Amino acid sequence: MEQNKLKETKEKKPNTLLTLFLDYLKIGLFSFGGGLAMLPLIEKTFVEKRKYITSEELLNITSIAEATPGVIAVNCATYIGYKIKGFLGSLVATIGAVLPSFVIILIVSIFYEKFMQVALIKHFVNGLTIAGSYLIFRAGIKLFKSSKKDALSYILIAVSFVSLMIIKIFSVNFSTIYFILIGGFVSLIVYLINLKITKKKESNNNEEKENPKEDKI
Amino acid sequence: MIYFQLFYVFFIIGLFTFGGGYAMIPLLESEVVAKYMWLDEETFHNMIAISESTPGPIAVNMATFAGNQIAGPLGALVATVSVILPSFIIILLIAAIMNLLIEKPAVKAVLHGFQGVVIGLIFSTACYFLYNCFLIEDEELGKFDWRIIVIFAVIFLTAIIYKKIRKKDLSPYILLLMGGISGIILYLIN
Repeated sequence: MEQNKLKETKEKKPNTLLTLFLDYLKIGLFSFGGGLAMLPLIEKTFVEKRKYITSEELLNITSIAEATPGVIAVNCATYIGYKIKGFLGSLVATIGAVLPSFVIILIVSIFYEKFMQVALIKHFVNGLTIAGSYLIFRAGIKLFKSSKKDALSYILIAVSFVSLMIIKIFSVNFSTIYFILIGGFVSLIVYLINLKITKKKESNNNEEKENPKEDKI
Repeated sequence: MIYFQLFYVFFIIGLFTFGGGYAMIPLLESEVVAKYMWLDEETFHNMIAISESTPGPIAVNMATFAGNQIAGPLGALVATVSVILPSFIIILLIAAIMNLLIEKPAVKAVLHGFQGVVIGLIFSTACYFLYNCFLIEDEELGKFDWRIIVIFAVIFLTAIIYKKIRKKDLSPYILLLMGGISGIILYLIN
């Protein structure tokens, strides 16, 4: 059955799976420092260059990847792959994201004591991390611009930024996943309250038959 | 058999890692060092350092390294596959369900809340990357390292000027390489 699916997808778009794999291979090779280091590279490749997903979709995918257990980079790759090309896409993207790490670590772990002593590697990675910091910031601004902005989102951004900063700097043991879930919960409550208020208004005077959501774009 | 044990331990670690690679470290330590005694403390700390200074997801790097130390390349493969398998399965399910749910207003509301927190998370990660560089150079964050500021300024100005002239963003890959190379140059000077 899987082979049939493979044939089908190959006939439709011959190169998508291969480009997806190669794109993710490149992303995996250049991301130093964990899941979010991939974000600017994913944004550049899949939103700007290939136009497979929109900025808002990327923000949703990142949110879901952060809010679920597991390796964030893998969560993201699996989701994006699925979005672009179904099950095979998710398989190909995940393998692509992981393969460079796997090969490099396998090589490094053979002579890792020497590897740690090479100062050049440390400085190179340090410089990369500094550039990575700017790139993550830039990607964050782009995603922020594409997101729906209202009072609630400004509050959530400010509160989560400050508290996550404190948690990271003082290395408090509190997973970011809780913040994300709390954010989702608060937003749901606000939505439900708004829904009730608009429903009450509607039953009071039937003139207002507009959108029951708080759309302030 | 060692491979089954590896599979079990890393699958559980992958399943219960909430919030990415760094969240995995205490879990990994309690299983791999304390319980099964596959690695000693020193190798474990080396493993973290190596995982941070090689490309790719930190969790995958750690699994590959530990797997290889414990049971050779095949062990590395087993550990890596098992650590990513929970992610893969969970996200596949969510992605499949999400297609049906994404237009529901309540789901949109939850996602809207997620988004706000994640944008805050993205900015705080960017700041933490910089902060961490200061820590790496000077374990106690006592001495101020001007080179970090210089590298950041070089990257920032290049990106801004490029955008002004060419009206599009300079490729992140080029900026990353620039950062790495200027890191080497600046530290060689001193």
